[in-house]
Amino acid sequence: MNPNKKRLRRTMMFLNAQKPGLVKDPYIYNPDSIMLDLEDAVAENQKDVARFSLFHALKEIDYRGCERVVRINGLDTAYWKEDIRCAVAGGCDAIRIPKTESPEEVRAVEAEIAIAEKDFNIPVGRTLIMAAIESARGVMKALDVCESSERLFGIALSGGDYTKDLQTRITGTGVELMGARQNMIIAARAAKVQCFDTVFTDLDNMEGFRKEVETIHLMGFDGKSIVNPRQIPVVHDIFTPTQKDIIFAEKVVKEIEEKREKGIGVFTVDGKMIDIAFYDGAKRTIELAKASGVYKGEL
Amino acid sequence: MINAVGRDIPDEILKQTGKQPFMGNHHFDGYEYKKDGPVTKCVINNTDSKMVDNIREVLVKCGIKDGMTLGFHHHFREGDYIVNMVMEQVHNLGIKDITICASSLGKAHDPLLEYIEDGTIVGIQSSGVRGKIGQAISDGKLKGLAIMRSHGGRVRAIESGEVRIDIAFIGAPTSDDYGNLRGIGGKSNCGVLSYSMVDADYADKVVAITDCLVSFPNFPAHISMTKVDYVVVVDEIGNPDKIATGAAKPTSDMRKLMMADYCTEFVVNAPYFKDGFSYQTGVGGASIASTVSLAKVMKERNVRMRFGVGGLTKPMCDLLENGQVDALLDTQDFDLSAVESVIKTKHFRISAGEYADPFNKGAVVNKLDYVILAALEVDVNFNCNVVVGSDGVVTGAQGGHPDTAAGAKCTIVISPLIQGRIPAICTNVTTVTTPGESIDVVITDYGIAINPKRQDLIECMKEVDLPFKTIEELRDIAYSIVGEPERVQFDDKVVGIIEGRDGTIMDVVRKIKKFEFSEA
Amino acid sequence: MEITKPALAGTLESSDCQVTVEPGDGKIDFALESAVINQYGNQIRKVVMETLNNLGINNVKIAIVDKGALDCTIKARVEGAVSRATDHFENNLWGGTGK
Repeated sequence: MNPNKKRLRRTMMFLNAQKPGLVKDPYIYNPDSIMLDLEDAVAENQKDVARFSLFHALKEIDYRGCERVVRINGLDTAYWKEDIRCAVAGGCDAIRIPKTESPEEVRAVEAEIAIAEKDFNIPVGRTLIMAAIESARGVMKALDVCESSERLFGIALSGGDYTKDLQTRITGTGVELMGARQNMIIAARAAKVQCFDTVFTDLDNMEGFRKEVETIHLMGFDGKSIVNPRQIPVVHDIFTPTQKDIIFAEKVVKEIEEKREKGIGVFTVDGKMIDIAFYDGAKRTIELAKASGVYKGEL
Repeated sequence: MINAVGRDIPDEILKQTGKQPFMGNHHFDGYEYKKDGPVTKCVINNTDSKMVDNIREVLVKCGIKDGMTLGFHHHFREGDYIVNMVMEQVHNLGIKDITICASSLGKAHDPLLEYIEDGTIVGIQSSGVRGKIGQAISDGKLKGLAIMRSHGGRVRAIESGEVRIDIAFIGAPTSDDYGNLRGIGGKSNCGVLSYSMVDADYADKVVAITDCLVSFPNFPAHISMTKVDYVVVVDEIGNPDKIATGAAKPTSDMRKLMMADYCTEFVVNAPYFKDGFSYQTGVGGASIASTVSLAKVMKERNVRMRFGVGGLTKPMCDLLENGQVDALLDTQDFDLSAVESVIKTKHFRISAGEYADPFNKGAVVNKLDYVILAALEVDVNFNCNVVVGSDGVVTGAQGGHPDTAAGAKCTIVISPLIQGRIPAICTNVTTVTTPGESIDVVITDYGIAINPKRQDLIECMKEVDLPFKTIEELRDIAYSIVGEPERVQFDDKVVGIIEGRDGTIMDVVRKIKKFEFSEA
Repeated sequence: MEITKPALAGTLESSDCQVTVEPGDGKIDFALESAVINQYGNQIRKVVMETLNNLGINNVKIAIVDKGALDCTIKARVEGAVSRATDHFENNLWGGTGK
């Protein structure tokens, strides 16, 4: 498995791939991932040249560890295949498919990626996939999409298009997104892939943004799409485990590793019943703590 | 001769100016001298009026003649009408070879270009220049040497007699018929008249120009009638919208906010952050944002500021309003909130001399704990450039930069690492305005560098969670992104000097050469 | 490749550059306007010449108004303008073997 499939993705910052001022150094804001957009952000009359900007940005800018995801144009356009070739040739980390509604679409993208990887001498399997769900049908097909490809690391809700399809709108309360969020996180967890929430576009409403992030964090989401760097520290703050959680997780990991050698399956930590099922969660807490810069232990 | 910041000052410039090369911030500490004094024409009678009909007439009354030096202040900033108004009449009278000694000049003074070209103006002494005047200086159009000096340095130059101002023009928001002047109360309020106070004290003739004549006595006077020869009333002394702007909306630019947060984190972890500390900051977006975030921490930790200095803006005045600072010491007001705050009891007006002059018996800057500054360029020796653009053209002002940097215990420079394609951290600044010995910390969006001479600060930041780097590392990051810049191509001709605050030569400004591609 | 018609790519936004190409008279005519010409003029010209060379263009009038663009942006805008001037959008400049 591509080791990057499970990497930390609390924040994915959207950037128009052909705006040099945006693309040159988004890493200073420390997003976990950036998404270089060839789709909606690029005007129709710039589609012909946007790939040149994308290609050279991918080739020449050192994104200092930020994951570089490229959003391609929809599979119903004339652009998507060349988008993939350009992104793979540039060495992107993942392709984001817009408006995904079926596993076949993911597999079509996967096939193009495979050809491009071969053509451009990129190790086969290096380029991952994420699928954006933007319709009622997409939500209903979420589990199939999640299980469609070994390259797929996660699915993301795109709230704007989804609510239009539902014949409602973004209200700020989250009520219109409730079903999609629930369905998608459950599907993603069932398929053991990641799940990302939609953007929050009201930039001045930082309090509303914080509340929304708190909600999706508790729902189990792995991260959120970001449209302005100001939103990044808020997400990272909410996704940072508390010291209490970290200390407990550290004990759990150590105890499980120690007890496993002794053949003990069930035991207690701080009075709580613990077994192997706690291991992954505890490890994830430690990883999050490390990424957030609040863990200095030896794990 | 190579000076203390490694700049080669040509011998003929030293000879021509009679100046010494810069020898370090404290070289003249303890130096004794006798101050100059103005020629004063007494007014004993109680019948004559000081009122004069217009600027032309007052020029004649003052005995304007070729070769004189005229003083101006820049409290009206880019809204100033005074300099252009006076120079137009000087030009109309056919006067030549004038030297302008202003506390600063800006784009508002672009019309002076014509007078530089026709020989009306041959000398410019200012904190800085922008726009067409800067371009003219860099193109070698000014007959004499341009002298760029700090706010403190200007007071030193005048008080020591190095510069004698023949006629000083003081744009005053209000005046009475006897020349009591205030920075407030009219339609073009600028708050204070700090930069003019030395002109009033030392110029042979002092002319007040106002667009709001009030009845006697205009008290408390910011500049007293005892120093003013004539009063002229004009329709407008400036454009109020450009004199004191509305308070700048707090920046929402994440890059600036990030640098502001770094700055505040640094300030609160430095040893000077305790009850009774003192602080000054500039008017850049990041500086203002850092005052806002500092105020928050002060409140949380219950730390009071003893005094704030400026160059004042709303966030500083808010500290006073909210009872977080005991006193504000004011040399200039940048927005309406600051102007309106001038009448408060704990808001004190100070002169440019009290503020920053290194050649008096101690200035306010020496009592500063922190100063937060900006810079166009900082080099790996921490030398700062705030006057000459990276393209070699004069386009900025020293202001109080060298004065506060030298005086404060902790001098912090904030600048984004890359501006356009220009690396703000470089191997060698285009021109040195503030010596590296004055600069303690440089904060960029890519990391923070502490001057190695401040091992004490490096030590106390050891456990602080900030992205510390060496200044060389910051430069290397910048160069890795934008490429190493080529040196600007200059002509040999020296067109200006950057004067150290003690009157020595910090650096020279050379005539710009038109760019030519190298042979490919 | 032959430039057959005038074309333009890029913008005058900060960190971008605007590149105009038109049919040349037998050689490369290069014009540059930039606030950073003193520091990066030679570098910009080098990048432009290399990019044109890679595209096989040696007969063009190319004018650049630069707003502090990095090399990667200059390359992209030159390619964009040339691509438009040659109706060659699908050309795989990234060196692939696709269609």
